Amino acid sequence: MNVDWTTFWPRIIEATGQTITMVIATLIFGSILGIIMGLLLFVTRQNNILENKFVFNLLNIVINIIRPVPFIIFLVAISQLTRLVVGTTIGTAAAIFPMTIVASFTIARVVENNLVSIDPGVIEAAQAMGASPLRIIFTVLIPEALGPLVLGLTFVTVTLIDFSAVAGTVGGGGLGHIAMTYGYQRFDASVMIVTVLILIVLVQLAQWLGNTLSRKIMRR
Amino acid sequence: MIEFKQVSKTFRLGKREVHAVKDVSLKVEQGDIYGIIGFSGAGKSTLLRLVNLLERPSEGSIEIQGVDVTSLSAKELRKQRRNIGMIFQNFNLFNSRTVAGNIAYPLKLAGTPKHEINTRVEELLRFVGLADKAKDYPDQLSGGQKQRVGIARALATNPDILICDEATSALDPDTTADVLRLLKQVNREFGITILLITHEMEVIQSVCTKVAVMENGEVIESGGVFEVFTDPQHTTTKRFIHSVQQDLPSPNVLAEWRESGGGSLYRLKFKGPVANEPVLSTVTAKHGITFNIVYGSVRELEERLFGNLIVSFLGDPAAVEAAIREIATLTDIEEVQEIER
Repeated sequence: MNVDWTTFWPRIIEATGQTITMVIATLIFGSILGIIMGLLLFVTRQNNILENKFVFNLLNIVINIIRPVPFIIFLVAISQLTRLVVGTTIGTAAAIFPMTIVASFTIARVVENNLVSIDPGVIEAAQAMGASPLRIIFTVLIPEALGPLVLGLTFVTVTLIDFSAVAGTVGGGGLGHIAMTYGYQRFDASVMIVTVLILIVLVQLAQWLGNTLSRKIMRR
Repeated sequence: MIEFKQVSKTFRLGKREVHAVKDVSLKVEQGDIYGIIGFSGAGKSTLLRLVNLLERPSEGSIEIQGVDVTSLSAKELRKQRRNIGMIFQNFNLFNSRTVAGNIAYPLKLAGTPKHEINTRVEELLRFVGLADKAKDYPDQLSGGQKQRVGIARALATNPDILICDEATSALDPDTTADVLRLLKQVNREFGITILLITHEMEVIQSVCTKVAVMENGEVIESGGVFEVFTDPQHTTTKRFIHSVQQDLPSPNVLAEWRESGGGSLYRLKFKGPVANEPVLSTVTAKHGITFNIVYGSVRELEERLFGNLIVSFLGDPAAVEAAIREIATLTDIEEVQEIER
């Protein structure tokens, strides 16, 4: 019961497009939220430029609650919220919402880790020159951590390609959906192989792009 | 210029209180190169950070040009900090910015127009001798070059004060000498008051005009470098001075001298003009005795001579005693005790 490839290719291409849309949209929204949360986590730490125990503890606890939940369970668990926000729980847009939430918390940790590795002396130097906390965030913290940050975001992107496939199995569309319905449920190995190959190519592409970009930023 | 008034700083580490700075009162005058020396953990780094309020004092106040900095608002403090350049042991340059970008940073903070920034950066690069490195990144520079960039960056906004946190401790001796020469030049050419901390007595000896010795958070001795070097009061001060100028033969040599039947040894100190006069030969000739210089040195401090001689006198005991009494009226003399340290 094999698929007719002449008519199936357009479907594969459409699904690839959906996967890419999900990943890129999630990456954009997740990065905005995640970078803000990561910066907040870092600057509100003890002895840092905007030390604030309340904000730090709140963020820290929320992130620690969300992060360990397996994505497929999280996806189902917040479906009511997804319906409320997106209007539906099926399709690419509906998949982007939970993916963004999970991605932003992961990115927050990635950002925090990269910021912690900045030499505190550099921040002290900026303070000694009379830079305000906001100024330090935009002109010292972000530029100094940018190289490793791009690598961190690349790592998250690869995870997101994985997440998009998971979202696909519960109605998110994309390559995951195709692989599940044709490859897994209808035992068509050729569809499975093609989707897996496309996913591998996407991951390679993302990693290559991230490496090149970070190398350019870090000048090595 | 900079005045610490009964300043204390206490850190809380869990339940333990650490008294990093205890009741320090110190006055740095306009144009000084003031050195604070101490072993690590003495509190000098904390004391330095109180000047630009990177650390806030627990007690006391710090006045800069007559203004109590602890009373400034956050915005006023940021403005004040532009008047205090700071350089660091580990340079703390921005790796994401070029050499020129690093020097331009404080000017951007101050809202300087772009074309003025460019001229100023060029000027500073020439001053520190790195005109050809403008487009390099910090990780392409040697330690000494990095510190030169640090100095240029600290001077960018034309501050009245430069504070140096162990600025030469990460550098080799040759580079240290270069950087110290540059600091001296900064002080002389721009009249910038310099406050530096160090654990190396060479730094104090070669550039400072005044020195304070810190131990356990307290200033145990302070004054002009010449006075403190030639007449140290505290054991710790003596140890620091001993690290740069051996003023006594080693204990082994001393012991040997005594075993071989050598007589009593006397230490003579000549400060300033006395060092130019033939005190020893005049007095000994007058009393009909001779002398033997066992050990000694004459060095220059703050452009004044300082001699330190260990001598023994040979001749009639009564005449020796009379000669010693007469020398005592002209300069410092004391008998060298068994083994001092």
